[in-house]
Amino acid sequence: MEVGAGTMSPETFLRVLGPKPVQIAYAQPSRRPADGRYGENPNRLYKHTQFQVILKPPPFDVQDVYLESLAAIGIDLREHDLKFEEDNWEWPVGGAWGVGWQVMLDGLEITQFTYFQQCGGMDLDPITGEITYGLERIAAFLQDVDSIYDIVWARDPRTGHAVTYGDMRLEEELQLSVYSFEAAEVAKLWEHLRLYEAECQALLASFQDAEKKAGKRQEHHDRLIHEDVAEGGAEIDLRRFPTLGAYELCLKCSHVFNLLDARGAISVTERVAVMARIRTLVVGVARAYAAQHKND
Amino acid sequence: MAELLLEVGLEEIPARMIADAEAELRGKVMSLLQRERLVEELVARSYSTPRRLAVHVSGVAAAQADLQETITGPAWNIAFKDGAPTPAAHAFAKKAGVAVEALEKVATPKGEYVSAVAHRKGRAAIEVLASELAKEIGSLSWPKNMYWRAGKPERYVRPVKWLVALLDHEMIPVQFAGIHAANLTYGHRILHGAHAVTINHPGEYVSSLEAARVMVDVAARRHTIRKALDYATRTVTHARWREDEPLIETVVHLTEWPSVVLGSFEPEFLALPEEVLVTVMRDHQKYFAVEDGEGRLAPHFLTVLNTEPDREGVIRHGNERVLRARFNDARFFWNFDQKISLAERVELLKAVTFQKDLGNYFEKTERTASIARALLQAVDHDAIDADALAQSVRLAKVDLTTELVKEFTELQGIVGGLYARAAGVDEKVVAAIYWQYQPASSTDPIPPTVEGQLLGLADRIGTIVDMFALGFAPTSSKDPYALRRAANAVVSILAQSKLSLRLSSLIEIGLAEARSSEKKKLEAALSSFFHERVEFYLSDLLKLSFDVVNAVVAVEADHLEDTVARAHALAKVRGTEDFAAISAAFKRSKNILRQAIEKQQLPHPEVRPQLFTDAAEHALYSAATNLGPRVEALRRQTNYDAALEQIATLRPHVDQFFDTVMVMVEDDAVRANRLALLALIVSEFSKIADFSEIVPAGV
Repeated sequence: MEVGAGTMSPETFLRVLGPKPVQIAYAQPSRRPADGRYGENPNRLYKHTQFQVILKPPPFDVQDVYLESLAAIGIDLREHDLKFEEDNWEWPVGGAWGVGWQVMLDGLEITQFTYFQQCGGMDLDPITGEITYGLERIAAFLQDVDSIYDIVWARDPRTGHAVTYGDMRLEEELQLSVYSFEAAEVAKLWEHLRLYEAECQALLASFQDAEKKAGKRQEHHDRLIHEDVAEGGAEIDLRRFPTLGAYELCLKCSHVFNLLDARGAISVTERVAVMARIRTLVVGVARAYAAQHKND
Repeated sequence: MAELLLEVGLEEIPARMIADAEAELRGKVMSLLQRERLVEELVARSYSTPRRLAVHVSGVAAAQADLQETITGPAWNIAFKDGAPTPAAHAFAKKAGVAVEALEKVATPKGEYVSAVAHRKGRAAIEVLASELAKEIGSLSWPKNMYWRAGKPERYVRPVKWLVALLDHEMIPVQFAGIHAANLTYGHRILHGAHAVTINHPGEYVSSLEAARVMVDVAARRHTIRKALDYATRTVTHARWREDEPLIETVVHLTEWPSVVLGSFEPEFLALPEEVLVTVMRDHQKYFAVEDGEGRLAPHFLTVLNTEPDREGVIRHGNERVLRARFNDARFFWNFDQKISLAERVELLKAVTFQKDLGNYFEKTERTASIARALLQAVDHDAIDADALAQSVRLAKVDLTTELVKEFTELQGIVGGLYARAAGVDEKVVAAIYWQYQPASSTDPIPPTVEGQLLGLADRIGTIVDMFALGFAPTSSKDPYALRRAANAVVSILAQSKLSLRLSSLIEIGLAEARSSEKKKLEAALSSFFHERVEFYLSDLLKLSFDVVNAVVAVEADHLEDTVARAHALAKVRGTEDFAAISAAFKRSKNILRQAIEKQQLPHPEVRPQLFTDAAEHALYSAATNLGPRVEALRRQTNYDAALEQIATLRPHVDQFFDTVMVMVEDDAVRANRLALLALIVSEFSKIADFSEIVPAGV
């Protein structure tokens, strides 16, 4: 799935909702078409990789645990300068925000550390601690290279031959920059956006129907509770609902929007309007997901 | 007397919030101690680092003093029947904590009652503090709060990690945010590690943390950082670091154990504009810039670390790599942007929204252009290059379409000027574009060129009028388009430039371009909005006292350069004895005239000397008629200092007049003539300022 940030991945955006504790970590490639530089800029990428750690609720000593993680990848903090500087996070399209820091190591921002407060326009309880490591930056730091493309991706254990980040990814950066800035067909992109949006809207509408029916059945169930009616009928219907599919359609919309933006095809007024459309979808999905999981 | 220590340990507090929070916590603890009568000789010190706020007070009383209190009980004849105490008397005595025999009789307007002197035992300080301190901690006002615990029991700036609360050697059982206070604090995250530091007594606080690599005193850290910056810069010949007070404050609040590193960058980056380099260093990396002996940017920077000095150069190396990458980015944008011509960018403005009801920046620019043309007609200035002004307006906003401004928004205007220069545009145009957003704050200078001043005025008055027409006039709590700041800049430019442009003309020209059907109403609203800004300018920026401001504004606040000159001249004489007397006399004269007019006792249209009956009348009249033309001549030359000096010479005559002459006499003709004399004086000499507004010193 194309996502603009690790935060947008369903593993983060949806799992932070509801009361169920979560402790997960995953590497998330993130695409930002407008950041593409044809592979010419040593520090900016169309696609970069974030290592996401999601802790709900965050442990009391979460900062210490984070510092230990840096030691574990070979950073001796006694030799470096580390600061937690205020940096709050907001994703208006997702109705989401949090407060936290950017972690600066010798002047390099290596991590975003965020305490999620709201998601899909809903207050979170418990809140989630999100630690986002910038893998390219950390690798360049550890290997002491100036260009991301010089990072050694892997080394042949027998010959010692190095495969670099550039070997792996330079072509992709060039071609996807060309696609995003020059080749992507604007009319088709608008059409994709419309189709993804329409399908997502239809799914959300059917969820709302199902929710209403489930509500009625629940009432019915309450009235007949002493007559031993089969339990869980209402829940089973809602659990089958493809919230995750609807969310992937949101992400498609978001990525298409970013492509349109990179193509320079969105005027400022349109931008606000399209963002509002996508927000409606994302918030709708978040509500549906929360409703599905309220009893977790 | 005891010493109190309170420390709140937190995850890193945002640097911008720490200084206020430290002062607020100290204030709250002090007023708690005063409110609870725990004060003996309070000496309070406060400390803060990113991870803690602390207050240390000595001179705390061990306990509240006992209180004697007279309380009134039931009526005497209910408490005592036939001299014997009733159950009501016993109940009251018990409540007051005294024996029944100690009850006394008091006479009140409602009759005789029982009273008792109750003895209230003071509570121990530790008990009071245990119950009150948590509320004080919890009530600190943070600009942005968060929840962290499940169930959301409290909101605070960041999670609370520990509390220290000591009264001498004793721990105060305070509890906040699920944390129980103890005598354990924590040192520097990395230099000291995660094990606790015991504080046995409040007096040990600073030294115990110093040993744990935390310098808790803010002033000490500031001093250390400044010294270290000086020291590090000394390794480069003739170099100096660029003073930057706000940056100093930021790094002071980002560190617990500061040191400084000097780094370098490739001199080839100096080919980029200095503004861009400094912005990258200061705003994005919190580095101090370094300049050479001639004040030019040198290829070095200084960064403040939160650790021991970097002896191996590892940290310097890392910071240099980051800066190189940042500069590479900036260079990429700088070169990339110049592939698109300025003329093309003018067209691109059609895609940049100014405001949703007001269209795009291309349209905004067209409105600014016609305002600028009208201003050109209205100003009395012969050295304006009309073509340069027109081109400045046309190109003023094109930098909004550049990558460099998207990356460094704080450089808008400046970047536009730099690109114009790179494109070989006339320097007058470059300067006008470059300085267009100045003054951005009250301490900034106005644009240095007339074209820049006119661009700044045209752009801002257009925005202000348009926003007012849309109903976005600022309210006490809302000013989403920062119109107050824009109006402050307008006032500064009018007052400090040599344009001789009247505020009312500027508003009129702005209104001519506005799309509004209610221009009269709009004009009134704009006029009162701007007058508020003029008063703000005089009082808050020029630091003139409010009575001086009122006195000069009462005469006129349209030709602002002149308003300011009159205000300064008046401020100089305001404290003098002569002017205190003159002001008092003017106030008195105006009161007399007002009251007379209210009673329909009108002054004569003119003074008739033949009706004078007193020498003081003659003297005042002849002084005034002699002085009038001289003062007026000086006023016309805007020599206000000399004019006011002349007016001061009226004083003995005025004093004499009021000492010996009664104005409101029975004789109609004499009274009307005396009123005419007062009216003459007031009108003749109130053209610089309304002296009656001056408030006497010491009141």
